[in-house]
Amino acid sequence: MRDAAAIVGIGQTEFSKNIGRPEQAIALEAIKAALDDAGLSPKDVDGTVKYSLENTFEHDIARNLGIPNLRYFGDVAYGGGAGCGAVGHAAMAIATGTAETVVVWRARNRGSGGRPWASKSNRIGGELQWYLPWGLSRPVDQIAMLARRHMIEYGSTDEHLAAVAMAFREHAQNNPAAMMRKPMTREDYFDARFVSEPLRLFDCCLESDGALAVVLTTPERARDMRQPAVLVRGFSQGIGPDHMVMANYFTPDPLDSPGAYAAKDLWNASGVGPEDIDCVQLYDAFSPLVVISLEAFGFCKPGEGGPFAASGALRAQGGSLPCNTSGGSLSEAYVHGMNLILEGVRQLRGTSTNPVACETVMVSSGNGVPTSSLVLRKAA
Amino acid sequence: MSSPPRPVPDPDISGAPFWEAAARHELVLQTCASCGTIRHPPRPMCPACNSMEYTFEQASGRGRIWSWVIAHAPVLPSFAQKVPYNVVVVELDEGVRMVGNLFDVDNDAIEEGMPVTVDFDDVEEGVSLPVWRPQ
Repeated sequence: MRDAAAIVGIGQTEFSKNIGRPEQAIALEAIKAALDDAGLSPKDVDGTVKYSLENTFEHDIARNLGIPNLRYFGDVAYGGGAGCGAVGHAAMAIATGTAETVVVWRARNRGSGGRPWASKSNRIGGELQWYLPWGLSRPVDQIAMLARRHMIEYGSTDEHLAAVAMAFREHAQNNPAAMMRKPMTREDYFDARFVSEPLRLFDCCLESDGALAVVLTTPERARDMRQPAVLVRGFSQGIGPDHMVMANYFTPDPLDSPGAYAAKDLWNASGVGPEDIDCVQLYDAFSPLVVISLEAFGFCKPGEGGPFAASGALRAQGGSLPCNTSGGSLSEAYVHGMNLILEGVRQLRGTSTNPVACETVMVSSGNGVPTSSLVLRKAA
Repeated sequence: MSSPPRPVPDPDISGAPFWEAAARHELVLQTCASCGTIRHPPRPMCPACNSMEYTFEQASGRGRIWSWVIAHAPVLPSFAQKVPYNVVVVELDEGVRMVGNLFDVDNDAIEEGMPVTVDFDDVEEGVSLPVWRPQ
C-alpha cells in the first residue's frame, strides 16, 4: 500500500496545563480545524481511527460534526504506541476502498485531568501485580529501569540524555505553540531534581491538555485539496516476544525494543532505509526512548544513540538528523505523540517553525510499549 | 500520619500459587509440565510448547541485580514516606527476571551484577512480597 493514502489536513488546539474545555470539545475543534485545513466538510468524512484510550467515541464525533455515515471506524491500543498505527490503519482503510476520507485524532486533558498512575486501588490484578506492589508505579520508573540497563550495557550517560532534552528545547523556542520555550542550559538540566534515577525532571515529557487531528484521503482526491499532499509511504506495528505493556523486563533482551521489530517491517513496507530519512520525529515521553529508538530504527548501531545525540545530530540547526523539530513531548506538548505526526507533515509542507529541507520523514510512536511507525513523503 | 495501604496483589488463577508460596516465605517459579520451560510472570500457557499444564517449583532464591531505579517524589501516597526508595530487577539463577526491592544496601551502593538472595517483606496480613538482600 505504498503511497496509497495521503494526509491532506492537520488541525490542533492550543496546548496548556489547563485548557478549560472537555476532551470531547477539543477533539471536535481539532478535527474541524483539520477538515478546514484540507478544504473538506464533515460531509466528506466516512471513516475514523482513534486511540483506544480516547474518552470520546466516534459516534459522538460523528453526531456533533454532522457526519452522515461512518462506514469504517477502528482504534489502536497502547496509548503512546498507537499514533502512527492509527494513521496506518486509516491508510489501509483508504487503500482497500473501505473508506475514502478518514479522520484520526487524539484529545487528552492530561495536564488538568490528573495522573492515571496515581489513582490505582490497592488491590492490584493483571500484569501490574508483578511490579506495582514494590513501588514501580509510574511510567517514568518503568522507563528509567530500561535507561539504567542501557547505561550498564552500552555506557550511555546522562550527558547524552541532556543533549536530547536540550536539542528539543532549542526547537521549542521557535515554536509559538510549544509549552516550554524558555532556554535550557546543561546546568539547568543537571540542576533539576531526580524523578526516578537515573532520570531527572527534564528527561520527562510535559503534562498537557490539547487535541490534534489529521485527515487522510486517496492520492487522487488529494490533488484537489487546499494543501500539498503528504503520502503515507509505509507503516508498521510491532510487539516483540514476551512483551508486557511497559514494565518490559521479562523478554530475552529488553533492550531489543518493540521499535526494532517495527523497524524491519517499516523499511520493507516503505522501500526506503534510515539513510533516506531527512528528518525524524521519535516518540519522547522520556529522553532515553529517543536514544533507544535511534538504535532500533537503524539510525545508529546499538550503543551509539547516546553519543550520536551528544554530537548535536538531532538539532534542526546543522544536525545531520533533525529530530522532534517542534520540541516534541519534552518541550512542545505531551499528547501521546500525535503532535510528532503533525510536525512530520509540517516539515514536508515546509511550514515547520524549524524547517529542514526534506523529502522523506520518519515518525515513531511509543517505543516502551507495543509500538508503530510511519514513513511520510512529499507527493510528486 | 499513617500512610494509605500499600498496593498488594489481587492474584489471578495463574499467579495465585506464586503469592500463596510467598505468604509462606517460599519463592516458587511457574514451570511447564510438558517441556520444563520456566516462566515469569505466570500465565496460563507455555509460550515455548503451548501446554497449559504447569507446576510451581521451588526456586534457588538467588540472583543478581540486573537494573534498578531510585524513585523520588511525587510517588503514590502509600510510598510517599519511603522516598527515595529503590526498585530493582533481579535476574534469577534460573534465568527469569523479577521486580523487587533491595534491602540492607544504600541506594548509592547498588551495583549491576551484585549477588542477592531472596527474603520476604510482610506488607499485610497474609501478603508477603519477595525482596532481596546481598548474599
